[in-house]
Amino acid sequence: MAESESLSRDEVAHVAKLALLDLTDEEIDLFTVQLSGVIDTAREMNALDLDGVQPTHHPLGLVNVMRADELRPSIDRDEVLAQAPAVEDDRFKVPPALGEA
Amino acid sequence: MYYTVDRGPEVHEPSIPDAWELVVGLEVHVELSTKTKLFCGCANHFGSEPNTNVCPTCLGLPGALPVINAAAVTSAMRLGRALNCEVKPSVMARKNYFYPDMPKDFQTSQYDQPTNENGWLDTPAGVRINIERAHIEEDTGKSTHVGGDGRISSAQYSLIDYNRAGVPLLEIVSCPDIRTAEEAKAYVAELRGIVLALDVSDAKMEEGSMRVDANVSVRPRGSDELRTRCEVKNINSLSSLGRAIAYEAKRHISLYDTGDRPIQETRHWDEEAGRTRSGRSKENEEDYRYFPEPDLTPLVPSVEELEAIDASLPELPGAQRSALAEAAGISAPDAGLIVERGHSQFALDTIAAGADGARVVVHINNNLAGGLGELTPELFAGLVQMETAGDLTSTQTKTVLAQMVESGGTAADIAAAKGFEAMDTSELDGMVDDLISSHPDEWTRFCEGDEGDAKKMAGFFTGQIMKATKGQADGKVIAQILNSRRS
Ligand SMILES: [Zn+2]
Repeated sequence: MAESESLSRDEVAHVAKLALLDLTDEEIDLFTVQLSGVIDTAREMNALDLDGVQPTHHPLGLVNVMRADELRPSIDRDEVLAQAPAVEDDRFKVPPALGEA
Repeated sequence: MYYTVDRGPEVHEPSIPDAWELVVGLEVHVELSTKTKLFCGCANHFGSEPNTNVCPTCLGLPGALPVINAAAVTSAMRLGRALNCEVKPSVMARKNYFYPDMPKDFQTSQYDQPTNENGWLDTPAGVRINIERAHIEEDTGKSTHVGGDGRISSAQYSLIDYNRAGVPLLEIVSCPDIRTAEEAKAYVAELRGIVLALDVSDAKMEEGSMRVDANVSVRPRGSDELRTRCEVKNINSLSSLGRAIAYEAKRHISLYDTGDRPIQETRHWDEEAGRTRSGRSKENEEDYRYFPEPDLTPLVPSVEELEAIDASLPELPGAQRSALAEAAGISAPDAGLIVERGHSQFALDTIAAGADGARVVVHINNNLAGGLGELTPELFAGLVQMETAGDLTSTQTKTVLAQMVESGGTAADIAAAKGFEAMDTSELDGMVDDLISSHPDEWTRFCEGDEGDAKKMAGFFTGQIMKATKGQADGKVIAQILNSRRS
């Protein structure tokens, strides 16, 4: 792996951890090269003079798309809970969460 | 409208040593009481059967498209304006983290362009707390931790109800301007009063529709540094807020005193133990990798919309306190309880009907905590007039008042039925005339001002006579004399 990659191995390992991905050392090496390539491509933008250009928040330039505060049917609970890995007391049963929300 | 406010025990939190100063900023989440959620048409309703108010959007299923609720945006802007914020063009953003109560694996919030910025709130005692921002975001689902002792750290598993996922919130972030636990409680109570006056949330701390996190640090008094802060969560009442802040401040001071220092972390208030506990802090907790939400458009309020909001704001608690204080001849903080209970208009109407303001305030504060029942301002004014005229003792007045709340009816009839005897009063004419000649400006306002002015001045003259007679004069007679002198 070249020394000159835009991202360090540690940064890639950190991003993987935030995404709850359990990567092997070989995968981290591979993604360090690949993700650095992505970053470098995006960095080509830095060559442009963007002074005075507004950031694009929406591709169509739309603003204020809203809906009225009106009830719409929810889905049937049996259908919802059928998608859950486990159910107890009509709730999704999940492993104890680590850390705090 | 009648509601109770948890003011906490009427004791001040034990103060911290004089050498130290408390530095507190508060983050208050208010659930906006819209009919539907922030990004979908599911019901925003507390207490439904678990997982019945859910759909592909609020469950974060692939392909679902959020569309923001216009009523939630309006409520957010109304609250922002009531908190003296600048309402600005805003952009929704994704706050990325994995947690089972957030099925999309990100929370839709606002980041560098929130709806409201740079506001302030004055507490009843006149302390101004600056507000950094008040941004729109969605609530998470509700987790119940099972097994262990019920704490997250020892749970065997968690059960999730997504009814709350996607409910609209406004998060109001204060600047670190709060210097005592009492000030923190006053800020939250005032914020709650404003929220209730606007009717944008029921703001119940015990039901979680208003949630308060406190960022607490201390510093040597006289310094302006900002030291390491801890964020205290799980505060479920105003009195807990005061105790949690006091506890946390003392913990920091004792660390500094022993040459140690606090670490920046999230801590949880343990109500039963009366202490804060370290949360199991996630590594890199602050690394949320915010980015603009591509499925939602920017929100750009028009000048006309903001003007309409400003024009539609109701009289807020601060203004209600001032109006009542002036009419009743009391201090603004003393009008606080009546305003909190939503009785300020009732008090003003009673005073305008000829009752002594100070007595009205005393009765509402002390004898009407259970509600007004069948009482009207006119009936109440009649009672207070009998009391101030000396026709009823204060004990008799209380008895008659309780009966009036229960059954209605005039004070005179109830007093007669109970056999309470009238006492003689007279000689008010001369006193009123003397007062008129010594207060020509007030008299002109009474005679020539608009209705509000005339009411205020009637209250003023009545108050002066009451003061001079130590409350013995009959307010109704004073009102009659004042009116007879007007023409
Ligand atoms: Zn939904």
